[in-house]
Amino acid sequence: MKNGVGVAQNIVLFGGTSEIGQAILQRVVKPGVSHLVLVSRDIDAATQVSHSLVSQYPDMEVHHVRYDASDAESIVHVVDEVVSAIGDIDVAILAQGLLNEGLDYFSDPAKVVPMATVNFTGKMVLMYALANRLRNQGYGKMVLLSSVAGERVRKGNPAYGATKAGIDGFALALDHELAGTGASILVVRPGFVTTKMTAGMSKAPFSTDAESVAKIVEKAIADNSKIVWAPGLLQYMFFILKNLPIVVWRRLPL
Amino acid sequence: MSSQRLSGWGRTAWTVADVISTNDPNLIRQTVASSGERGVIARGLGRSYGAAAQNAGGTVIEMANEGDPMGIDAILDPISGVLDVAAGVSLDSILRLCVPRGWFVPVTPGTRFVTVGGAISSDIHGKNHHLDGSFGQHVLSMSVLLASGEVVELSPEKNPAWFWATVGGMGLTGIILRATVSMLPIESAKVRVETERLENFDAVCAAMSSDSADDDYRYSVCWVDLLATGSSMGRGVLTRGDHATASEVDSDEPCAYDPRLTVSAPGWVPNGLLNKFSIKVFNEAWYRKAPSKRHVGIESIPAFFHPLDGVNKWNRLYGNQGFIQYQFIVPLDRTDVLRKVIETFSTAGVGSFLAVLKRMGPQNASPMSFPTEGWTLTLDIAAGIKGLAELLAKVDVMVLDAGGRHYLAKDSHVSPSAVRRGYPRLDEWMTTQQQMDPTGVWRSDLARRLGLVETRRSS
Repeated sequence: MKNGVGVAQNIVLFGGTSEIGQAILQRVVKPGVSHLVLVSRDIDAATQVSHSLVSQYPDMEVHHVRYDASDAESIVHVVDEVVSAIGDIDVAILAQGLLNEGLDYFSDPAKVVPMATVNFTGKMVLMYALANRLRNQGYGKMVLLSSVAGERVRKGNPAYGATKAGIDGFALALDHELAGTGASILVVRPGFVTTKMTAGMSKAPFSTDAESVAKIVEKAIADNSKIVWAPGLLQYMFFILKNLPIVVWRRLPL
Repeated sequence: MSSQRLSGWGRTAWTVADVISTNDPNLIRQTVASSGERGVIARGLGRSYGAAAQNAGGTVIEMANEGDPMGIDAILDPISGVLDVAAGVSLDSILRLCVPRGWFVPVTPGTRFVTVGGAISSDIHGKNHHLDGSFGQHVLSMSVLLASGEVVELSPEKNPAWFWATVGGMGLTGIILRATVSMLPIESAKVRVETERLENFDAVCAAMSSDSADDDYRYSVCWVDLLATGSSMGRGVLTRGDHATASEVDSDEPCAYDPRLTVSAPGWVPNGLLNKFSIKVFNEAWYRKAPSKRHVGIESIPAFFHPLDGVNKWNRLYGNQGFIQYQFIVPLDRTDVLRKVIETFSTAGVGSFLAVLKRMGPQNASPMSFPTEGWTLTLDIAAGIKGLAELLAKVDVMVLDAGGRHYLAKDSHVSPSAVRRGYPRLDEWMTTQQQMDPTGVWRSDLARRLGLVETRRSS
């Protein structure tokens, strides 16, 4: 049960090893938290990355749940497992994602499938399962890590951008459908974030880091925002980019 | 039944529940019987600050019957002063009925817009606690609807364990339907009030201690300026008094009573209107307004007991972020902790629009009743202040280490372990609660957060 000073009692992170996810935990785990669930493929890795946070809160119960984000149908049971461990979910952070940068889908088109499952199909399954739970418990929030990549899909990694565009649109409409139930969704649209997932890639303009994204997410949760950009300036930049005529868009060095 | 978003008076931690407004025992019984796994809780006028009268994903039964076309459901015995009243009736209605006939409620909190059911469930206290105790001590009997649908009559003589588990039981033992309450005889609708300005915290504690003349006054409370620093740290305005006698009131109708709401707070107020600067200005004015020498005057009941009720919906003044009320108690000899707490808040620059100190009398027989012999300090704090959770966690430890505890009717943030430490009879109460509700029907957001009820159901 959340409390009156904005502290969530029960927090779940999907993609337990995600750097942005962990950075958000650093911000939202506060005195008063009771349970933290890390849902990940690799429990040892998730234990390791969360070690310093967990040691700060000796009273907090930490649970690990193993899952395979590319097995969409099994995800329903993952939510059941989380609920049976902790009961009500106050905040669920959805940070799992596959970038597959540099993969040549032209020569191996089937490689699109696992990425689309992790980023889109599986996440829809997860969000419906969570939505059902949050709706029944009369409160609770999902925080979806989307991307500016979904705002206007561009060449380079169109499949990735398309999954982000898809899940972003899905989340906004699902949130609309949940209106009045107490359940809500925050869509986070970071720009280029320097993390291990983007290591070695050339930085895009307005790049940011996981801590800065986390700070913005913390405030957006408190303010009950629907969409938040990181950095905030990207909102205005993408408003322009999104509305550029296609001939101009294609000439941009993006 | 409709799906509604609810919060406490502090307007934080909103959740959605199915809400039904009724005080018809049969309809209540049906609603309880058909409730789902998220359970049921009764709600009065929603004046508890936190999540005591809301039930996320479950059912909430609104009992307040203000505006009932049949009039208020209360009968006063004019000889004995015993009031037989439905649980959904407010103290406001009771005062309107009883004051003109020369009877006053035995205990009133800072607002008269609370129901009798809520007053018992929270075992509310007022400015007379040091002499008269809390509300539950003036309840002669009550009818309580159990989860099974059975209605039981409880009194301190008949089934005292269930009676005292319901007093201060936060609505988790059953739904209180009716109560008989012993009222206080008065000669007038006025209060004789002595007002005194005290220049620092030592002066405040000395003036209110049991060694002083404090026990000579039925009502006693001190407003404290939390933002004053240095030699005037903890300065305050002490007001004490008692009901005025008929001869003190120069009127043909000494019991005439007319509580009128003056203004309403606007529907939209920006967050941060009440900040440390505006509060500092207010505090200075409030302190200066009080006479520097002791002053005796005659005041009305609303002016003395319910000053905030003058502004309808004053809780909106904190904007949409809401506010919390932090109320704790520490033993009489731990004024050092009070001082430390006040220093902690003032160092952090956390202002409180309304900080109130009161010396409380002995504890009653209820395992979960808040008041116990000691000092209670109450503060309003804007909920959106940065770092508030961390600050309160620090203060909680000071309070608990001193053998103190927090008031559940106000609570918005404490941890389950804080309740366990603060209320040593929690296990005893939980055992009785489970006897009264073996299938776990009564549920509230507060109970879930603090682990007051076992989560045997899947909720």
